[in-house]
Amino acid sequence: MTDATDPDKFTGATPDNALRNSDRAEEQAGPVLAADGTPLKRSLSRALRRQKLRALGLIAPLLIFVLVTFIAPIADMLFRSVENQIVSNTIPNTVQALTEWEGTGDDLPPQSAYEAMYFDLFLAAEAKQHTRLGSRLNYEQAGISSLFRTTGRSLDDIGDDVQDVLEDMDESWGEGPFWYDMMWVGNSGEAARDLFDTKRSQLARMTGESLSGDVNFMPSAQMAEMLPLTTQAYTSWAIFAALVDGDTVKEEEPWEAVFTALAYDLQNGGAERVAAYDGAGAAQLQQAVENLDQIPQIDFQAIMAEADEDWNNVANWRTIKLYSPDYTPGYFLNAVDMQDGLDGFEARPENQQIYMMLFKRTLFMSLMITGSCILLGYPVAWILANLPMRTANILMILVLLPFWTSLLVRTSAWKVMLQQQGVINDVLVWLGLVADNDRLIMINNQFGTIVAMTHILLPFMILPLYSVMQTIPPSYLRAAKSLGATNWTAFWRVYFPQSVPGIGAGSILVFILAIGYYITPEIVGGTTGTFISNRIAYHISSSLNWGLAAALGSILLAVVLILYWAYDKIVGIDNVKLG
Amino acid sequence: MKFTKMLLATTALTATAGVASAQDMADEMTLVSWGGAYQNSQQKAYVEPYLENHPEVSVTWDESSNEAVAKLRAMNEAGNITWDLVDVVASDAIRLCDEGLAMEYDPEDLLAEGDDGSSAEDDFGDMIVSDCFIPQIAYSTTFGYRTDMVPDGADAPDDICDVFDLETYPGKRALEKRPINNMEWALLCDGVAKDEIYDVLATPEGQQQALDKLDTIKDDVIWWSAGADTPQLLADGEVFMGSTYNGRLFSVIEEQDQPVAMMWDAQVFDLDGWIIPTGLPEDRLARVKDFVKFATDTQRLADQAKYISYGPARKSSAPLVGEHAELGIDMKPHMPTNPENATNTFVYNYEFWADYRDDIDAKFQSWLAQ
Repeated sequence: MTDATDPDKFTGATPDNALRNSDRAEEQAGPVLAADGTPLKRSLSRALRRQKLRALGLIAPLLIFVLVTFIAPIADMLFRSVENQIVSNTIPNTVQALTEWEGTGDDLPPQSAYEAMYFDLFLAAEAKQHTRLGSRLNYEQAGISSLFRTTGRSLDDIGDDVQDVLEDMDESWGEGPFWYDMMWVGNSGEAARDLFDTKRSQLARMTGESLSGDVNFMPSAQMAEMLPLTTQAYTSWAIFAALVDGDTVKEEEPWEAVFTALAYDLQNGGAERVAAYDGAGAAQLQQAVENLDQIPQIDFQAIMAEADEDWNNVANWRTIKLYSPDYTPGYFLNAVDMQDGLDGFEARPENQQIYMMLFKRTLFMSLMITGSCILLGYPVAWILANLPMRTANILMILVLLPFWTSLLVRTSAWKVMLQQQGVINDVLVWLGLVADNDRLIMINNQFGTIVAMTHILLPFMILPLYSVMQTIPPSYLRAAKSLGATNWTAFWRVYFPQSVPGIGAGSILVFILAIGYYITPEIVGGTTGTFISNRIAYHISSSLNWGLAAALGSILLAVVLILYWAYDKIVGIDNVKLG
Repeated sequence: MKFTKMLLATTALTATAGVASAQDMADEMTLVSWGGAYQNSQQKAYVEPYLENHPEVSVTWDESSNEAVAKLRAMNEAGNITWDLVDVVASDAIRLCDEGLAMEYDPEDLLAEGDDGSSAEDDFGDMIVSDCFIPQIAYSTTFGYRTDMVPDGADAPDDICDVFDLETYPGKRALEKRPINNMEWALLCDGVAKDEIYDVLATPEGQQQALDKLDTIKDDVIWWSAGADTPQLLADGEVFMGSTYNGRLFSVIEEQDQPVAMMWDAQVFDLDGWIIPTGLPEDRLARVKDFVKFATDTQRLADQAKYISYGPARKSSAPLVGEHAELGIDMKPHMPTNPENATNTFVYNYEFWADYRDDIDAKFQSWLAQ
């Protein structure tokens, strides 16, 4: 596959050669000029460029089509094998808080992580994103899926309790305008714009929407200093209410997390700061401070543990920390039966190792199938190539007819043939070669897969072999024999070497088709005859672990490309002929 | 003058509103189901009667329920939902709901009242296992066996542990190529009490125990992956007994008249129903809601049992279950919920399998491949 105008191939006046000549001439004596006085090199490359552009224009439709419908989707799919942004998008503050935690010992993460997790998860649950994250992390640690689901259901409880207590003191705690006036920057105050922007971008990343509308709310910097957690929680809520739910912030009562945050703020230093405050809601705040003992004590670790006791299990936290970076090698490790442990990468427990074995089996069986296709296809192609045209054409139909038959029909037919009560076994029993209660097992194992796939892929071997053999003149064999060669020597030394390009083409076709085969191994493969592609399909459509499927697919693609490269090095891809 | 103007304006408004509400419903609907006899029963019981009342509507079926979750996820990412109503098993509905791909609904608002006057929520009861799941039928996974292959002198198998008893009942068994159900049956027959099975199965030792039990019959198992496999294997005499959905066995026994019988012991109940994808345009959503209200009412659910032996999800439908539409046999004894069949039953544990599916599946597949 070399350039058509490569100097090795063509001598004489090709444009490329002219360019090279002008290069050489330039080295010796100044630029060579064309008739109009411009340097020859420049005028030539201009002419060439136009030609190349025209050629590009001609293939552009196909190129764009292939790029858009084939290359881009595959690249996008394969990219999922490392992509892991869902964790930092859904629980950004927790990921932040966990950076300070080692995670190596038996110590639980710090309170700040529990606090961040409470608010992150609350927001995620409102946006219905928390179970997505749960499913993602469940691939790494069984049980996280339901941990997130049950927690998401009961995070409201504590805020409800606080709200009840506050409303008993003063009705206005349950009113939207009251909250709004208290948290709003007002017409003159200083705005906590950074806080607002952070919260908005976090929410936008979580929901995957741009969230650019008008919120009609801006938190006050004074409040952010006095009641930091409350202001953050209220701001998150306000952005969510305005941009996701489409409500008017001022009219709505904030969600429970805001009450939890207020209780926490008041219990942790907010009470003193409130004493000096005289803005909107000052009276109610001071009243709440006076009755602080009535408000439930906020302990985020206890809240989370009450929602689900597994939050006190350090293994879950470790998984979250381990999988918090935006890109992860986790899927690829899983695809080669390894995992990311505390001390770097380690092998998975032996009873969960499966993929390396499947890769090896896929390669081995594809080679077996390619081998049997060569053995069976070569004589057929030879006969076809040496028969008179008319007979060969009729026989060719016998090769093509199965080729045109539906894959599923042929596979199911093999099922009928090979099963224990099937045609072959029945005949063998009738002939007395096999005992009735000891019938041969020829399906739902490797044998069945190899037989069925060899049959299905045989035309892909015969057709290139046939077209190559047709070009070998029969006179060569006759000449060899007339020079004294035996039949075998004539075939082996004269005919066979000339048919090798056909074997090469057929083998590449069959092998690459076989390595990605899915439906036949699924139907006749049983447990020992399935391929890696069956696991990829399982992860795409059943377990929905698309990251792992993408990793397995990438590895398969890499293996095929490496084998192709090796083939090119050893046999040479120029020696492959399809006709 | 002013009054007439106002009157005119109001009439005009009401008129347009009236027209608008009729036009607000899309005329095309794509339903997704499982194909085969089951989809046929939905076509006969729900769609055909609905089309009689709404001749302007055209319905397209897509037999993609098997990979509905994956496809819905892809559609959602592409921002183009082409399905209007999707038939899925309950565990898939929970996953779709979790991922925000299925729409949450209010039973009182969306579903019709029961014929006996009970509210939709009471009528469906526990069947609504997820906020997105609109139940249709209860089915079960159970065993069928060849009556002509029962060894001489042995009783017909009637205990789930007969599956593991190779001495009394030699021959091949067909089991599904996934851990769900098989692990539970294995533990049950390994002496684990029924109410402790999931506690045991949550531990690595328990999972190993189940695999060890399955190991005792592994050489005699043919693993199936499509619901149609076991009926075919039974009909061919390839296996002595095999697990599959009870409706499939019904059609082997009653419609194809094969020498096969049901072994209802330890049947595993599961549910099947509709979900509405999120993100449908207003007009299509309105049509789907209209259809769902009709298709899940008491009579329609009872009608479905005329064509397939799955139990209607509404309590109020149960008394209306009658005879098979073509065979004319009484369907009640073939229902998985029939008291005689339901003496020993399991209910699919959605929460457990949502958590442990990936983990146990890795072990199961690696065990299978050994």
